Amino acid sequence: MEHANDVKAHVEQRSEEVRAKASRGAVLRTAIIVVALAVVIAVINVLTSGHFLTPGNITNVLRQITYNAILGVGQTFVIITAGIDLSVGSMIQLSGVVMATFANAVPLDGFPLIVATLCVGLGVGAVAGFVNALPVVRLGLPPFITTLAMMLIARGLAFKLSHGQPVPVHSNAFEGMGTGYIFSGILSKIGLPGIPIAVMWMVVIAVGFGIVLARTRFGRYVYAIGGNEEAARLAGINVARVKTLVYVICSCCAAVAGLLLMARFSSGSPQTGSGDELLQSIAAVVVGGTSLMGGRGTIVGTFLGALLIGVLNNVMNLINIESYTQEIVLGAVILLAVVLDELRKRYLTR
Amino acid sequence: MRDIAKSFPGVRALDGVSFTVEPGEVHALVGENGAGKSTLMKILSGAYRADRGTIVIDGNRVTIESPKRAEELGIGMIYQEFNLVPELDATRNIVLGVEPARGVFLDERAATARAATVMQELGIVLPPGLPARLLSVAQQQMVEICKALVKKARLVVMDEPTASLTEREIDALFALIRRLKSQGVAFVYISHRLEELPAIADRITVLRDGRAIVTEAAKELSQDEIIRFMVGRPLHAQFPELPRVSDSAPVVLDVEGLRTAAHNAIISFSVRAGEIVGLAGLVGAGRTEIVRAIAGADVPLAGTVRIRGERVVVRNPHSAIGAGIAFITEDRKGQGLVLDMNVRQNTTLAHLDRFAHYGFIDAGAETRVTSHEIAELHIRTPSGEQPVRNLSGGNQQKVVLAKWLIASAQVFLFDEPTRGIDVGAKAEIYGLMVELLKRGAAIVMVSSELPEVLGMADRVLVVRDGAIRREFARADATPDGVMAVATGVES
Repeated sequence: MEHANDVKAHVEQRSEEVRAKASRGAVLRTAIIVVALAVVIAVINVLTSGHFLTPGNITNVLRQITYNAILGVGQTFVIITAGIDLSVGSMIQLSGVVMATFANAVPLDGFPLIVATLCVGLGVGAVAGFVNALPVVRLGLPPFITTLAMMLIARGLAFKLSHGQPVPVHSNAFEGMGTGYIFSGILSKIGLPGIPIAVMWMVVIAVGFGIVLARTRFGRYVYAIGGNEEAARLAGINVARVKTLVYVICSCCAAVAGLLLMARFSSGSPQTGSGDELLQSIAAVVVGGTSLMGGRGTIVGTFLGALLIGVLNNVMNLINIESYTQEIVLGAVILLAVVLDELRKRYLTR
Repeated sequence: MRDIAKSFPGVRALDGVSFTVEPGEVHALVGENGAGKSTLMKILSGAYRADRGTIVIDGNRVTIESPKRAEELGIGMIYQEFNLVPELDATRNIVLGVEPARGVFLDERAATARAATVMQELGIVLPPGLPARLLSVAQQQMVEICKALVKKARLVVMDEPTASLTEREIDALFALIRRLKSQGVAFVYISHRLEELPAIADRITVLRDGRAIVTEAAKELSQDEIIRFMVGRPLHAQFPELPRVSDSAPVVLDVEGLRTAAHNAIISFSVRAGEIVGLAGLVGAGRTEIVRAIAGADVPLAGTVRIRGERVVVRNPHSAIGAGIAFITEDRKGQGLVLDMNVRQNTTLAHLDRFAHYGFIDAGAETRVTSHEIAELHIRTPSGEQPVRNLSGGNQQKVVLAKWLIASAQVFLFDEPTRGIDVGAKAEIYGLMVELLKRGAAIVMVSSELPEVLGMADRVLVVRDGAIRREFARADATPDGVMAVATGVES
């Protein structure tokens, strides 16, 4: 008995050490990435003859990655459960049109209007996410198909509701969200215009869902389902509920991106979101180290993935690389990132 | 096959087995689950390489390094699970891999002709154009046989060919086998159904613990003798002493009128506090389905489950866990563990609510509980942070146990608790079961290892075709008796 207690204490200490080391490791890794990023940025800055590291450009990059990073956060949840959501681009289209129409129709203004519009957008997202998930959890249909159907349905609805025309938002309540800055007072002293409010939305969403994924019971269940769905079910986890929630989160993230884009352009357009938003969001997740097979991945990774893609796009624009060439480079970088990540994992597990 | 030996990590599957088949002979291979039958046949078919021993065909020593090579040597395998392409019809399945072609194009007419020739030789008719998945089991088996013959197989290995056939289909199969025999084709016939052997087998070899115990002409061996050879080892003293179950001990688990979707049989039994009830039977007899239904892993069609007299409605694993039922599955990797997660995360997975405050997980509390289990169960791992993927089979199984031990379940359902783990870990798991009994738990244990059932169970229920065929008290449970009921020799 004495012996067992000794063993227990020993194992406990070891486990604590390993856990502490792992979290130190995570901090260290992030630090290394930040330093590496700084070096790369310095190099880029020279390459772009100083055009990269200007306050205007930095804000620009951050703003550009905002929408992709927010989509990526939701997509990360889905992909960790070994699923995929193809409807996120269409959700931007649909939620944008619905929210703009709603904002024009209600006798509200200012902050209450923003809150009400957000709620409507989230409602659209929740319904779509639920519809995406229902055939998946009840009939075991592949999410590739259900979300493909939703992609078409949501896009069609967006065009139908708007008759194919952008819906201009009459109220100017969304102006701040679209083009405004915060902390501009302090930051103006060092020459920055402040942090775009949209970027703050991204930070709040990424940090919030990052904590949910890493620290909560729900997050643990998401990993367990992606790692071994049957084992998760037999452990008493309500797989259907967790998965449904995951798709709802993903669609709601898309709706938030839709709101920010609507605010940016002062209109809900059925065109916004119809480009390569979907593929970029998947690219960010995958480049960020999340496995399409499920069970592995982090929000931090997704954020860095979105950042990498955003910086790359920006730099290529600054040094005047032709847009066709840009796509080739982007594709090659995505492939390289995924291959390197796989090799790193193999090296670690050996 | 001469002096074949094969070991897997922790198990010696075959220990110097010699086995011969003459042309035109049906040689039956029998033995308990895990005796080494499949391993021997997998070596013959090139799926495994033997550690030692030689294979001789027509006087020539051969090495069979791949299934392809086995095919070239005229060895055809028909597994219990057929290997047909479900969407292709009989003809296309028969010529699969040896499609006649004209240049780069398939020659459909030649294919049809070739398949038809084989079918005609066998005197069978298979509906053309019908996808294989729509054929009956017997017809699918015919297709498998044709597949082997179209590749000029001279030795056909059949694993449990009659397991899912009706009486008439079995007669047809036997007629077919006799016909091929007369053409010089030899058969290795693996079966658990001892009663059918006199009708079809020329010789019988009994395997036990990786050794060939006896090879005799089929008419020289009675069924009773075969059973005795199959189970003939003495029960090892590896089992701990079980605490006595008093007659006044309360009934913890009471199952009444349970019907599973897989079998049309009604199951009723009960287990007292401190008692182990063993479910014995052959693989596929329906034992796993019974425990899965109690655990809520499958939804039963009918039946009542009571825990300490109180009726519990088990609709899913969650409600079963809430009722105090722990289910330790047979397939660790497929159903028990999340391999990408570490020991701590796997240990707490089924009871995370106890480690969470407002949804946030307290990793420190997890570590304390996990460390306790690592020490108690002697799980060999550097720490709780080790991914379970990196642990050995026995230690993985202990992690599965830890997952259910951290809560106070009253009923433990063990499905093949010691499959594929080494002797030392086995003994530890038996010791643990005794600990659970002392705490007043009730245990149901499904096991295909007869010594394990007889060594650990207070009562043995023998399951065949999904139903409990007989109950043996511990004192009356003999290997021969249990095996006779399990194989259907006695009902």
